[in-house]
Amino acid sequence: MATKTDVSMSTCIDSYGSAIGMPQLCTDWASNQIFWLVVTLVAIFFVLSRLALPRISAVISERQGTITNDLAAAENLKSEAAQAEEAYKKALEDARFEASKIIESAKAEIKQELDDAIEKADADISVKASASEEAIADIRKDALVNVKSVAKDITSELVTILGGKVDAKTLTSVVNAKMKG
Amino acid sequence: MAGNADVKDEGLVFHPMDQFIVEPLFGVGPVHWYTVTNVTLWMALSVVALLLIMVVGTSKRALVPSRAQSIGELAYGFVHKMVEDVAGKDAVPYFPYVMTLFMFIVLSNFLGLLPMSFTTTSHIAVTAVMAMVVFLSVTIIGFAKNGLGFLSLFWISSAPLALRPALALIEIISYFVRPVSHSIRLAGNMMAGHAVIKVFAAFAGVALISPLSVVAITAMYALETLVSFIQAYVFAILTCVYLKDALHPHH
Repeated sequence: MATKTDVSMSTCIDSYGSAIGMPQLCTDWASNQIFWLVVTLVAIFFVLSRLALPRISAVISERQGTITNDLAAAENLKSEAAQAEEAYKKALEDARFEASKIIESAKAEIKQELDDAIEKADADISVKASASEEAIADIRKDALVNVKSVAKDITSELVTILGGKVDAKTLTSVVNAKMKG
Repeated sequence: MAGNADVKDEGLVFHPMDQFIVEPLFGVGPVHWYTVTNVTLWMALSVVALLLIMVVGTSKRALVPSRAQSIGELAYGFVHKMVEDVAGKDAVPYFPYVMTLFMFIVLSNFLGLLPMSFTTTSHIAVTAVMAMVVFLSVTIIGFAKNGLGFLSLFWISSAPLALRPALALIEIISYFVRPVSHSIRLAGNMMAGHAVIKVFAAFAGVALISPLSVVAITAMYALETLVSFIQAYVFAILTCVYLKDALHPHH
């Protein structure tokens, strides 16, 4: 800026192109600066108010809206998840109840069947036992008759061997008397 | 103008203010109000930067923003929140105007940090116009919204009655000083840092001091980066404060 200029263009510049005093206070350029300042400010104002500010404010409010919407959606999803969990828990509870009911009924059924079987078995056993008892009684009766005849036979044999004579009538009465005693 | 030819012959030449000279972009000649100058170039670049950040960057309208789009949204949210918090809910219609000022200042400040660039916001002519626009519009809004009730801004009803005239005088003076402080704060901050960097840069010509000079430039540059943003923020927030006074003049 210190280039030498032949023509002095301003009262604020010396013949070497250097400033005299403070150029900021030089009034020679004021009109030029004011003119361009006004042009610039008007340009900036129009750029801002017509283009930039509406756009930025739209973007910011849109973002705010999106955030609010997303938060609401998240809240919805959360409550839905809570509901689903509730439903799941209820289903689990129901299933458990059902299962216990089934187990209960199965148990009762099994017990019933068992009881029936036991009863039947008891009846069979008792029938068989009475039959056995009868058989035993028969056997005992037979045995008694046999014993009498065997006793008679033995007695008559013994008497015969000892040289006696066997009277059938006496023999029977004696054996009967002995067996009663 | 004449008589300082010998300055050029010195070893260490300081021209920290040359960076603020307004000159025609094409050729030489006087600077008329319509001349395309470096002011035009750097203001146009700020518009280009604005288009890149706020329009091209947000063109995808992505739900999950890209880096460029986040910058645009961050700037939007930052200024919008500032207007809402400082000036109140009923100041939101004025948000595009505050945003215009903020974006222009912050972009010009940062563009001015590029080496060889021209800082448009370092000139009183620029900042004074913006400050006057704010001052006049705030005053007009104040009277339009509240009628003569706007004058109650200067009549502090919570103070003792005897003090009120004196306080009113002070309030009125401070009200009219607002555009001055508003404009000089920004231009002064931008000018001072850049000039200091240039002074340090001139020292870099001396081999012995140059490492120190480079460190100093780096430090100043970091500070200026901070100041670039803070001054834009301060300008915008003061605009909001003035707007609040205009909308709610009752203390």
